[in-house]
Amino acid sequence: MPDFEPILLKRINAKASPWLDAYRADGGYSALTKALGDMTPGQVIDVVKNSGLRGRGGAGFPCGVKWTFLPKDHPGPIYLCVNADESEPCTFNNRILMEHDPHQVLEGIALACYATRASVAYIYIRYEYGAAYRNMQKAIDELYANNLLGKNILGKEFSLEVYLHRGAGAYICGEETGLIESLEGKRGWPRIKPPFPAVEGAFRKPTVVNNIETLACVTHIVERGADWFKTIGIPPDPKNPRDAGSYGSKLYCISGHVNTPCCVELPLGVTVRELVDKHGGGVWKGRKAKGCIPGGISMGLMTEAEFDTPLDFNGPGKVGCLGLGTAAVTIFDETTSIVDVLYNICRFFAHESCGQCTPCREGTGWMMKIMDRMRRGQGRREDLDILDEVARSIGIMPGTTICGLADGAGWPVKNAIAKFRPELEAYIRGGQKTTVSLALAH
Amino acid sequence: MAVVIINDTPVDIGTERLNLIQAAAKIGVFIPSYCWHPALSVVASCRMCLVEVGEKKPDGAIAMQPRVVPACQTPAKDGTVCITNSEKARTAEARTLEGLLLNHPLDCPVCDKAGECLLQDFSYQFGKSSSRMIDPKNTPPNKPDIGEHISLFTDRCIMCSRCVRFTREIAGSSELHVVNRGHHSEIDVFPGDPVNNPLAGNVVDLCPVGALANKEFLYKQRVWFLKNASSVCAGCSTGCSITIDHNKDVVHRIRPRENPQAQGHFICDEGRFDYPYVNSKDRFQQPMSAVATGGSPVAVQAGRLHHDTWENVIPTVRRELTNAAKQGGSEVAAVLSPMLTVEEAFLLAKFIKGLSADAKLYLGWVPTVGKDEQFPQDRKGNPMGPVKFTIRAEKCPNRRGVEEVLRHFQVELLGFDRLLANAGKLEALYLTAGYPPRLGAWLTDEQTKTLAKIPLLIVQDLAPSPISEAAKFVIPAATFAEKDGCYVNHANLAQQLHWAVRPGSMGRSDGQVFLYLLERRGLIQASALRQEIAREIPFFAALAGDLGEFGVKLG
Ligand SMILES: Cc1cc2nc3c(=O)[nH]c(=O)nc-3n(C[C@H](O)[C@H](O)[C@H](O)COP(=O)(O)O)c2cc1C
Ligand code: SF4
Ligand code: SF4
Ligand code: SF4
Ligand code: FES
Repeated sequence: MPDFEPILLKRINAKASPWLDAYRADGGYSALTKALGDMTPGQVIDVVKNSGLRGRGGAGFPCGVKWTFLPKDHPGPIYLCVNADESEPCTFNNRILMEHDPHQVLEGIALACYATRASVAYIYIRYEYGAAYRNMQKAIDELYANNLLGKNILGKEFSLEVYLHRGAGAYICGEETGLIESLEGKRGWPRIKPPFPAVEGAFRKPTVVNNIETLACVTHIVERGADWFKTIGIPPDPKNPRDAGSYGSKLYCISGHVNTPCCVELPLGVTVRELVDKHGGGVWKGRKAKGCIPGGISMGLMTEAEFDTPLDFNGPGKVGCLGLGTAAVTIFDETTSIVDVLYNICRFFAHESCGQCTPCREGTGWMMKIMDRMRRGQGRREDLDILDEVARSIGIMPGTTICGLADGAGWPVKNAIAKFRPELEAYIRGGQKTTVSLALAH
Repeated sequence: MAVVIINDTPVDIGTERLNLIQAAAKIGVFIPSYCWHPALSVVASCRMCLVEVGEKKPDGAIAMQPRVVPACQTPAKDGTVCITNSEKARTAEARTLEGLLLNHPLDCPVCDKAGECLLQDFSYQFGKSSSRMIDPKNTPPNKPDIGEHISLFTDRCIMCSRCVRFTREIAGSSELHVVNRGHHSEIDVFPGDPVNNPLAGNVVDLCPVGALANKEFLYKQRVWFLKNASSVCAGCSTGCSITIDHNKDVVHRIRPRENPQAQGHFICDEGRFDYPYVNSKDRFQQPMSAVATGGSPVAVQAGRLHHDTWENVIPTVRRELTNAAKQGGSEVAAVLSPMLTVEEAFLLAKFIKGLSADAKLYLGWVPTVGKDEQFPQDRKGNPMGPVKFTIRAEKCPNRRGVEEVLRHFQVELLGFDRLLANAGKLEALYLTAGYPPRLGAWLTDEQTKTLAKIPLLIVQDLAPSPISEAAKFVIPAATFAEKDGCYVNHANLAQQLHWAVRPGSMGRSDGQVFLYLLERRGLIQASALRQEIAREIPFFAALAGDLGEFGVKLG
């Protein structure tokens, strides 16, 4: 789609000022004015539902549908938790939105709260995002000063408080119930479901959790309507009645062994190859790609031959990946050892597993130890079978864990064994040792 | 009415709200579990209880879920299908166990828990004894001083979080935490804040493995040498059900015994750790008298008291009391300690009133310390939420039982203060005590002096004290661990004690002594005595039946 005009990145690409006056001058807060003036909360939910917007945080759950899960006529308070923990490796689109166009996000937050009748929004922001934290806080201060937050916003019946909450650097606090526990001041141990957050979330009250990018989309959907949104992206597969489609644009992050790592906004459904060649400036050093991580490391691995897979909500699954994830593509070139890739992935999950479920706690640690041994030249053939068995048996899909971290930890391992087995076997057989030094932070 | 189908067998669970572990237990199907505990919140994190779950539709078709599910988290509803013995469920269990053993030291030979360890048991039943991991195990440091009475063998922990939830949900003081993440997660406390709350010892029982250890018990006994007696804690009027673990007449450990009618699942540390006095060598080992009562005294102790024999002392005491009663019944009295069992109090009352109807019976000293303590309580001692455990201020087990015996034998209930007021007029006093030494001296010097003036003073107690020094006869008393009988707690719940150990070499239990004094034959038979009491005293009518595991309500 050569003529696609970025929406979420429009002001950012134009290097527009992130502050309130400039945002308003560019037509900002007209969606909120419209919603508060002309629409009921139910109508806002309907627009979002009809747009087919799916969550951008990784799971791809239809956003408007999620909002309808809140109990009807609840006396309140209802909370919105904005997931700005963005800790999936290689993912940085939330950071760009918060640093450079915070009001676009905040308008979406206000709209979501109006629709869901939430009276408080907590933005859970990862600790490492200092600049994003400061800019978001400054933007929030501007809103309070201009009656766009606080009591009776724009003179209407709608009141909203927004708080920023800084995380402490744990991946698991991006999982929605880990986030809620952490927000409540507890250890970030995901909760068992049911009850789901919509029924009993933060402080035991009904809660909606949405990603920053999802909420930024809401701003434009309310402004321009559901039909407009549906002109972008990929409609549902008519052969699959459960497919909710992949409408709208997506912020794709491109990193790794490419010449120009970047974040681009494109309609859902672009291929990895197009991302690398057109937007990432091609693989670096004139080399070829060996494969990629298609949507954050939780989603598994793709080989170079699979690069023509469209990155929409269905594409990655067709080549055995877990899903679209955060649509953060990381390329590794032909010289990269898959053993090093896998070790680094396993190390990440062993480090980030919250540790409450036995299969995840022990499984991630075990896989990391095996990979560590393998890269030091002590691998055994049977290690691949053990890795595969462990990887397949941990997670909410087999039913052995509380949250999806374990599925994400297993997926790249199982993909690597299925897709790169010859290389792994050769490495083991040859007693190869790695040349890459990685800190041994087990 | 709800019918759950467990491994093809329909189980009618009525209207009970159960999870699948509990529903399966109804028909004897055991689902292994670690993190789940009926008194704690459900976290479903250990994944030991994985089963296959489905639903039986009204048309009879069964739809199974594709994934395994934790039984502890799954409510048993009408039509719920639960399969525990399929290949899939068994594999999931075995995998969880393999995971748990990866970093476990398997140092069972030196582990206190061996023999009663759920990791041993489940590995044997549901898993393997070895793991496929050839890599080095994690070796987190042990924390021997995580609590005054508690030691943490960090590497044995399986991270079930029961201990953490206990300190938060039952004790309320929240000393225990999980620190670090993933396979490096460890149980810990904040520096300078050990797990010393008044209920702390329960975390040791809750720990399914040998991670949390009771320092008082550590390395004392292999558990398979222990014998167990079910009994009742004598620490306060809550009357917690306990198990006394003992071997060769030594009490080694006290553990809570679940009793929904008494205290629930737990006991307090005061009750748990206050048993060394039972084993103490400082206790009276045999009777003593101030004068030689027959042949020659067996040994001479410091002071005026001579060691004496039961054969001499019992008839002498009986004779002297009988004579005193003949002189004037109202000048004879007995003090019935609230440490006595109902049976003992009944026998002593019978004996004294048998000497003379005018003889007086007094309730012994009722120790009270502070106020009732309710849990959970926050760090400042304020109660939080519904009460889950109470340590009572009344530090004796059987005031209610003894009172009711007294009321039967004598219309007016006379307290210990009345005895002190009337002591000057007494010719003879049979004083029972038996208070655990932790309560300290219970008579002031003044009170001791008053009682010491009574010419025929018989003291039945555990260990020497100023009042026993002043006695004419000293009779060794027995502790709760040495008695058969029953106590009546603050809520009129009568519960049974079974003797665990025998009182010191020549010792007789208090009840046995009273039988001798009454010239009744044979050894004490608590249940036969209860029949007699039930017939004589309406309040105790329910004692005629079996007291069972949990006791019966009286009154
Ligand atoms: C281990 C794990 C980590 C996650 N991390 C994030 C994250 O950093 N940011 C995020 O938006 N969602 C994250 N999610 C997804 C959230 O649980 C949740 O689905 C999402 O915030 C919902 O928002 P959305 O519907 O707007 O996408 C994570 C999920 C898992 C299982
Ligand atoms: S799956 Fe892993 S990260 Fe998620 S709750 Fe369980 S142990 Fe924690
Ligand atoms: S905790 Fe259990 S399995 Fe572990 S060493 Fe002790 S007895 Fe053995
Ligand atoms: S110390 Fe024991 S009770 Fe506590 S988490 Fe570990 S295994 Fe569970
Ligand atoms: S007992 Fe069910 S998951 Fe631990």
